[in-house]
Amino acid sequence: MNITEMLSYGFMQRALVGGSLIAILCSVLGVFLVLRRLSLIGDGLSHVTFGSVALALFFRLHSFYMTLAIIPVVLACAMGILKLAQKARIYGDAAIGIVSALGIATGVMLASLAGGFNVDLFSYLFGNILSISSSELAIAALLFCVVLAGVGIFYNDLFASTFDEELAKSSGIDTDRINAILVLLTALTVVLAMKVVGIMLISALLILPAVSALQLAKGFRTAIVLAAGIGVCTVVTGISLSFVMNLPTGATIVLINFLTFVCAFAARSVLRKR
Amino acid sequence: MSGAALTIENLSAGYHGSQALNDVSFSVNAGDYLGICGPNGSGKSTLVKVILGLLAPDNGEVTLLGTPQSSFKSWQRIGYLPQGLQFFNPHFPATVDEVIRLGRLAGKSFPKRFNREDMAAVERTMEWMGISHIRGSMIGELSGGLRQRVLLARALVNNPELLVLDEPTTALDPETRESFYKLIYEMNRENKTTVLLVTHDTATIGKYASHLLYLDKKVIFCGNFDDFCTSTEMTGLFGEHGQHLVCHRH
Repeated sequence: MNITEMLSYGFMQRALVGGSLIAILCSVLGVFLVLRRLSLIGDGLSHVTFGSVALALFFRLHSFYMTLAIIPVVLACAMGILKLAQKARIYGDAAIGIVSALGIATGVMLASLAGGFNVDLFSYLFGNILSISSSELAIAALLFCVVLAGVGIFYNDLFASTFDEELAKSSGIDTDRINAILVLLTALTVVLAMKVVGIMLISALLILPAVSALQLAKGFRTAIVLAAGIGVCTVVTGISLSFVMNLPTGATIVLINFLTFVCAFAARSVLRKR
Repeated sequence: MSGAALTIENLSAGYHGSQALNDVSFSVNAGDYLGICGPNGSGKSTLVKVILGLLAPDNGEVTLLGTPQSSFKSWQRIGYLPQGLQFFNPHFPATVDEVIRLGRLAGKSFPKRFNREDMAAVERTMEWMGISHIRGSMIGELSGGLRQRVLLARALVNNPELLVLDEPTTALDPETRESFYKLIYEMNRENKTTVLLVTHDTATIGKYASHLLYLDKKVIFCGNFDDFCTSTEMTGLFGEHGQHLVCHRH
């Protein structure tokens, strides 16, 4: 099958566009999260997304309406993680663990109460970007604009808070507000990324392009641009390869991302020795 | 430049119920170089945190450059250099000029964007501090001394009226430490920048500071350094031979 034929399919066009948009968001936010040692928040929020998907299925919401319904739930849980860490005097990783476990437990409980769901819950766990509909692509495009605008507007404050929170505070930056913005933008991105790689693998899409870029980047802005480039390339390659070779898309994307990380790590080691 | 750069009245502050500062009052005139010292746990860093708004006081008032701290917004008028970065990541992908530019965010209103004036200020500061040649280097790849110099440049990029230094040379070798303090001393003399220097090293205070604040949860002594040398507080703290150790200006 040649590239022209592959691109002639509407579902492939939607998958490549949607996948690229989501890859850019995950990679850009991933750089901030990885450097702030918040990488696992993606994992926690994806588990919350699992619970939210189960809740939506429980109320028989599907596709477009499901995405709309789970966004506020995931946003609320993201804020819950922040508040728990601030008010309950526990570290962020423990707060992520609590909310994450709550998400999974809720999902399993609802699935059990409903006696199993008719739709394939498996597709939400492992993603299926090839089945993305036009309306879902429209939501992805809208949220892409919202999240990217958020990062663009608060870029300097996000950079300063990521570099050193105390120094940022001493410059008059409201770091609590900036943390909330970062976590909320991540929550929106996680909901979108569910379709690309699935709930189980979302954190890989947030972490791997970012850590690959951090092996090679010389400067913060370069790291962001490089991560976005790596994210798009690996997602496009993963989608195409999975289509041609009939492989699971989410897993293919993650494995290609891992190989990219290994190459970036090797390149860094070689460059250091010179 | 005249008047008080910093006034602290009846300040009490602490963490989770334990009091680190108790009824502290003093003021610093514009252009002064105040050395703040005291034993471990005497509240020096707590005082810095309260001054910078990083910790809310339990009681008392802080007035920064004529404005109550609670409503102070002109953070570009204050430069801050900590002992080190809170959780420094040696692999953080920021270049020297990116780090210094962050200092220009202070006092900027939304949306915070850098302009030509900011770039020129970064250039000027790097040149003045002799670090232009490392502008593109990654902050994590620099030696401890150079990294502190970059962070000092970040603190000075707005040409602040008040510079707060919290044990800035702890991890530095004696030679680097000396050149660091000379730079700050010149700035205090030439630009009339008010300096607050927290340090364990009383000899450094003796050498460079005009005034001294000795803390031990409360104010033990606050005033002119020469007055401290002849005070009963000095003898009480350092003994009969303390004068030679503390007050001998090299």
